[in-house]
Amino acid sequence: MSQVQEAHWNRRDFPEAAREMLQNSQTRKNVQHATNIIQAKRNKVVAEMPDWEDLREAGAQIRAHTLRHLDHYLTQFEENCTRAGGHVHWASDAEEARRIILELVEQQQAREVIKIKTMTSEEIGLNAHLEAHGIQPIETDLAELIIQMGKDRPSHFVVPALHVNRAQVRELFQQEMHLPEIGDRPEDLATAARTYLREKYLRIKVAVSGGNFLIADTGGMCIVESEGNGRMCLTLPDVLISVVGIEKVIPSYRDLEVFLQTLPRSATGERMNPYNSTWCGVHPGDGPKEFHIVLLDNGRSPILADKEARQTLQCIRCAACLNVCPVYHQTGGHAYESVYAGPIGAILTPQLQSMQEGRSLPYASSLCGACYEVCPVKINIPEVLIHLRGKVVRQDQATFSGKLSLWNIGMQAAAFLFADAGRLAMAEHMGQIGQKPLVSKNGFIEWMPLMLSGWTQTRDLKAMPAQSFRDWWAKERMYPSNGKRPHAG
Amino acid sequence: MRVSLFITCYNDALFPETGKAVVNVLERLGHDFEFRAEQTCCGQMHWNTGYLREAVPIIRHFVRVYQDVEAVVIPSSSCVSMMRDHYIKAAEIDGDAKLVADIEALLPRIYEFSEFLVRKLGVEDVGASYPHKVTYHASCHSMRSLHLGDIPIRLLKQVRGLDLQPIQNMQECCGFGGTFSIKNADVSSAMLADKVRNVLNTGAEVCTAVDNSCLMHLYGSLHRQRTFVRTAHLAEILASGYVEQQGARA
Repeated sequence: MSQVQEAHWNRRDFPEAAREMLQNSQTRKNVQHATNIIQAKRNKVVAEMPDWEDLREAGAQIRAHTLRHLDHYLTQFEENCTRAGGHVHWASDAEEARRIILELVEQQQAREVIKIKTMTSEEIGLNAHLEAHGIQPIETDLAELIIQMGKDRPSHFVVPALHVNRAQVRELFQQEMHLPEIGDRPEDLATAARTYLREKYLRIKVAVSGGNFLIADTGGMCIVESEGNGRMCLTLPDVLISVVGIEKVIPSYRDLEVFLQTLPRSATGERMNPYNSTWCGVHPGDGPKEFHIVLLDNGRSPILADKEARQTLQCIRCAACLNVCPVYHQTGGHAYESVYAGPIGAILTPQLQSMQEGRSLPYASSLCGACYEVCPVKINIPEVLIHLRGKVVRQDQATFSGKLSLWNIGMQAAAFLFADAGRLAMAEHMGQIGQKPLVSKNGFIEWMPLMLSGWTQTRDLKAMPAQSFRDWWAKERMYPSNGKRPHAG
Repeated sequence: MRVSLFITCYNDALFPETGKAVVNVLERLGHDFEFRAEQTCCGQMHWNTGYLREAVPIIRHFVRVYQDVEAVVIPSSSCVSMMRDHYIKAAEIDGDAKLVADIEALLPRIYEFSEFLVRKLGVEDVGASYPHKVTYHASCHSMRSLHLGDIPIRLLKQVRGLDLQPIQNMQECCGFGGTFSIKNADVSSAMLADKVRNVLNTGAEVCTAVDNSCLMHLYGSLHRQRTFVRTAHLAEILASGYVEQQGARA
């Protein structure tokens, strides 16, 4: 399978990319500051919900049910959306989606498009593709605008510029918008962005969006947002093109009741999003004259087929798992080298790539379980991480070099020892003797070779004591005082 | 009750004192104790690193050794969570229906050490005395898999002379994560640095937990930094102070 996706991401292994991020203390500080704030807000508005666990369960069941019958709900959505005057396009991969969208924009002879924050657009590399064909995409979400102007990459899929602080934004705006001195208060920055964007909303005729929910029984769509830029893009232009992953469908309008409670609370710590837009097809004299929706597969169908990992597609992109993740806190989003960062990115990205890329991501977790605890649709991320690690190991074991890798040899050896207590006891005795060259005078191991050096770069290890528990038990309890086995009885 | 101790592989080799402490506490409470020498490991390291197939024989071995016990007590919440969260799935992947049934029958008799004291035996005061400033690190598995809640805290509060100091961000991982600490050593170290700072800020002399794996990780850094903060498994604190009164072993 040759999917040219996310071409502008480097795809270094996580440990390598993370090491670089860890050295950027400003970014780390920005990320920790921002995630702490969102996390505190989220905890507060979740705690006030007596039925939070029921809502999580309902959300999980609705999403799991939909995925089991995805073909049915997608066809139903297509019928109802078409009936309401929308045009439904199916894109099996990123390339097809880019081609469809480019054609639609070119039909309008548009040289610019305005965009609402959409991660699927980022996933298919839409901006670069449009630019290559002489069309200028203009991001209208404040954070996405910051990313676009700074030629940066999103590091969080709800708060894409989470890694940038106000002073940095002020500097960027002054330079890129050719402004005289502006302040760095939120209102100063918002005013600058508003002035810059208003003109675009009123002039540009084509908008591109993503989507939070596709509603099967009405053929409608739903987008929630905080800034109102989305509402502008959804209502002012003549043509609206939405590119949405096929997993985003829900059976019924009524199901929004659950998600419009859990999504804003989980995502931004708000009881309700400031702007909730739902629409259905086109209506003369009201909103866009043309509505196109591109349903994107791009590696999603194979995930559906994997029973263990299917729950990955339940995700509603709230990013609560990023905000709570202790790994994300340290590295920020760029270390994941993917549109989808954090714990959900660690399971989604490699699967979207058919486990051919991002294979270090399932290991980018201490399996602490915080992500599962906050997930509003109960995706058991640690369980999926382990399942994907299993796939990585099996892939590696199928190659000659993988079979001979130190990890594989070490794990096979350990499995051999753990199969029998006699072998394990003997290995313990060998370890007690074998460790001696490594043990310092203070009784600690301060250096270890090969992959174990990762431990001793920042930590000492207490040496193995001379007597294991099993030896102590045998000596003191089974054969007390004289070392002889007590007579059977 | 006849209690069987599963010491776990790393406690056996690295932290035998924890095992002795568990024996000490439970025997003092009047329970018979046994240690089955056939025991090895719970299989967590293999399973969590993705060596799923390799974990199954280890799991099968564990089930065979403990099948007939009245209760197994384990001084490691992460090993217990391995059993509760993953054993059935592992047996299912292996297609072994008999093993699934055996695991289902065994799981209700498996207890983490502090959970056994409070939930099974209904004991909070074990008569220990430990005149030190202590802070408690809540390990991820104890909180989010076993849902121990404040069980370890309740046990610590009954210890004579113990001055319990709250720690900031108690719920955040120390960064160990088994092979994560090696495969992602840099990130793990960064997480550890935050945790160690929080431990030091408590002013405690001793950091305790129900998992020696976290404590080994924490102490690795506390020792490297030449601090004077020590670590001690909860069982070792609960075993302190009455050994003298008790005289020889029960």
